[in-house]
Amino acid sequence: MTDTAPAIELKGISKAFGPVQANKDISIRVMPGTIHGIIGENGAGKSTLMSILYGFYKADRGEIYVKGQRTEIPDSQAAIAAGIGMVFQHFKLVQNFTVLENVILGAEDGGLLKPSLAKARGVLKQLSEEYGLSVDPDTPVEALSVGHQQRVEILKALYRQADILILDEPTGVLTPAEADHLFRILDNLRAEGKTIILITHKLREIMDITDTVSVMRRGEMTATVKTAETSPQELAELMVGRKVLLRVDKEPAKPKDAVLSVRNLRHVDGDGVERLRGISFDLRAGEILGLAGVAGNGQSELLEVLGGYRDGEGEVLLNGAPLPLSGPGSDGQARRTAGIGHVPEDRQREGLIMPYTAWENTVFGYHHDPAIQRGAFMNNAAIKTEAAAKMERFDVRPPDPNLAAKNFSGGNQQKIVLAREIERNPDVLLIGQPTRGVDIGAIEFIHQEIVRLRDLGKAILLVSVELDEIFALSDRIAVMFDGRIMGERDPNETDQRELGLLMAGVTGDAGEDPIKTVDQSLDEKEHRAAGR
Amino acid sequence: MDFATLLQVLDSTVRLATPLLLACLAGLFSERSGVIDIGLEGKMLIAAFFSAAIAALTGSVWLGLLSGIVSAMLLSGLHGLASITFRGNQLISGVALNFLAAGLTVLIAQDWFSQGGRTPSLLEGGRWAALTLPLAETLRPVPILGPIYYELISGHSILVYVAFLCVPATWWILFRTRFGLRLRAVGEAPEAVDTAGVSVVALRYAAIAICGLLCGLAGSYLATGLQAGFVKDMTAGRGYIALAALIFAKWRPWYALWACLLFGLLQAVALRYQNIDLGGFTIPVQFMDALPYILTVVILAGFVGRAIPPRAGGQPYVKER
Repeated sequence: MTDTAPAIELKGISKAFGPVQANKDISIRVMPGTIHGIIGENGAGKSTLMSILYGFYKADRGEIYVKGQRTEIPDSQAAIAAGIGMVFQHFKLVQNFTVLENVILGAEDGGLLKPSLAKARGVLKQLSEEYGLSVDPDTPVEALSVGHQQRVEILKALYRQADILILDEPTGVLTPAEADHLFRILDNLRAEGKTIILITHKLREIMDITDTVSVMRRGEMTATVKTAETSPQELAELMVGRKVLLRVDKEPAKPKDAVLSVRNLRHVDGDGVERLRGISFDLRAGEILGLAGVAGNGQSELLEVLGGYRDGEGEVLLNGAPLPLSGPGSDGQARRTAGIGHVPEDRQREGLIMPYTAWENTVFGYHHDPAIQRGAFMNNAAIKTEAAAKMERFDVRPPDPNLAAKNFSGGNQQKIVLAREIERNPDVLLIGQPTRGVDIGAIEFIHQEIVRLRDLGKAILLVSVELDEIFALSDRIAVMFDGRIMGERDPNETDQRELGLLMAGVTGDAGEDPIKTVDQSLDEKEHRAAGR
Repeated sequence: MDFATLLQVLDSTVRLATPLLLACLAGLFSERSGVIDIGLEGKMLIAAFFSAAIAALTGSVWLGLLSGIVSAMLLSGLHGLASITFRGNQLISGVALNFLAAGLTVLIAQDWFSQGGRTPSLLEGGRWAALTLPLAETLRPVPILGPIYYELISGHSILVYVAFLCVPATWWILFRTRFGLRLRAVGEAPEAVDTAGVSVVALRYAAIAICGLLCGLAGSYLATGLQAGFVKDMTAGRGYIALAALIFAKWRPWYALWACLLFGLLQAVALRYQNIDLGGFTIPVQFMDALPYILTVVILAGFVGRAIPPRAGGQPYVKER
């Protein structure tokens, strides 16, 4: 094997955006027929490096060798010609085109579509048999599940004869079953001699599937090791540059009385689709209830109804008193006054006003509080002082309250939102996706804060699509599927596999082949989505 | 209403629908590529002026047409520069071009012809002659079909036939060619086109060029086909009506044909029946004249079903990190 040329070799790649050095003298060798992981925190430069490889950016310095040949990649066309295919984190698909149309787009054989479509149909059939990448060529992409859309992206690359495939955070949007399927596909591809570069921040994926792994930190490649010879702990340290606690240290919960009682909660959205179909649960003081589920199964709506952004029907009791679910007194402000804090799932759209300064953002939702008013005006000086104190306690970097929210990194933005909600001392805290797009160092901090709040006797409802996070934090886990709670589990008595089945809507004993059942139920769901 | 009257109304429907149809297809190309074009009006107007002016000066309707097309394409290019290259706001750029055209045409007309902002009335060679299709005279005596062929189908200027042929042509280009596939893709998901290694900018400029060409035809037809010369603001909101028709047609060529014929019919009826007497109650002429515009407002307000515009419409494409 030593005499074969690497599929990809980068030598001394550097790239700066203004004063920010995104990639610093990066060298890497990826051997053909292997899966090479690139792991690093957000902003470590992984995506920039891959964008250079795919021709989106031009490196300031450095050389790219593809299969031993020095190659210039000025644009995506050149990357495709060199046999490099990329599956982006956010799919680059035309939603209302069929699978077939998406596959040929940009790789048509001539001015007329007919021959290209006919040829692609044949190639697709062959590819799907070869790699287990089955997908109906005539379905519009928007009717496909996320997992199937990802297959279309892979098919696109294979159709362009890519033998080097770059996947950017491919499992972020997948259910565990879909992720398993993806890894089986990647296994097949590797067996056929394709080279795969897998960019991820999930240590488990790196350990599961890669042959070698490179770690990036602050634009530099800190290490390249054989996966078999390393451990998640070592990789995490290499990523962050210091020792990291991968598991959250927490005592068993000491729950008290129910603070928030939800009974038969329903919600129908603007399109007339019933998103919540009778949700009931109790949330007790001093516990974290984790709501697991694939995105889009009603968790977001549940948070928004409880947080006062959406109307609902049913009964919600806060400390025994009913909360209005529609009409006056059911808005977000009223909920906050009543003692329900809310860290929304999408911090950039719902949690913060991005162009506004950090100090302004620390009072939104509480800006009517008499304590910060001075006559008809707001007491900006007081808010600023308080904001600076909050930012220090939550270790927001840089600790500058006058900086606009958009200028902070994802983790620090999240800390601003958390600081705002937690420091108001709510009885109930709703938290959606607390660490989405947040780097490991900040995750550790945010998790500790959430547990600290629990230990103060607060009731916490946690919604996350990251099963690892649900396991790490929850004292109880409820799984949502299609607007219902499918079941509740004790995190110490269940595993990813069981939750994965519940997340796919499978309850009880699932026949002889549970995975198959999952695939079927996903297909059914897809069918219904297509029918809408 | 007798058969002959009906034919006359339909005949004028066809002629009045022609500039709408050309403008509507122009907008279709532009908006399918993700560039919203509210400046159809201005492009038609400037094309109307230059085709009438050059036709008046040279006596050649063909030279008029050519200069109309060139002027509309130049405006299109400006719109492209503002909205594609410099990523400006497409609505503002379009509105600005409408103002520019409205002012510029009258100003130049006054300077060249000194007739109060209009061009001289065009004589024979400066206007499009009606084409008599083969056998029109021979078939005329045939009952029903004869008059339909003679009155309705034959006897229009060449631009009318071009406009109607543009419908299947547009459909074919959009749905059967590589260019069409890419054009539709760039209006829906420019990032997909970009990552496939195809230039978003080039595609959008191509779409805008076609848009200018079709607007040029529309404007030329207005000034040298439908009427005999340019008068101030002669497009009279047709660009906006075409935009409404485009939404009504859900950005599809065949629907666009029917939408434009509907608007044409309303205009034709308004022209023909100035005051409609409903036994003691008279619908005033102003109401009839306003009908196409009222329908425009109704459509633009979204009362007619839900139309899903191209997803990337109005957004300049910025490469993601």
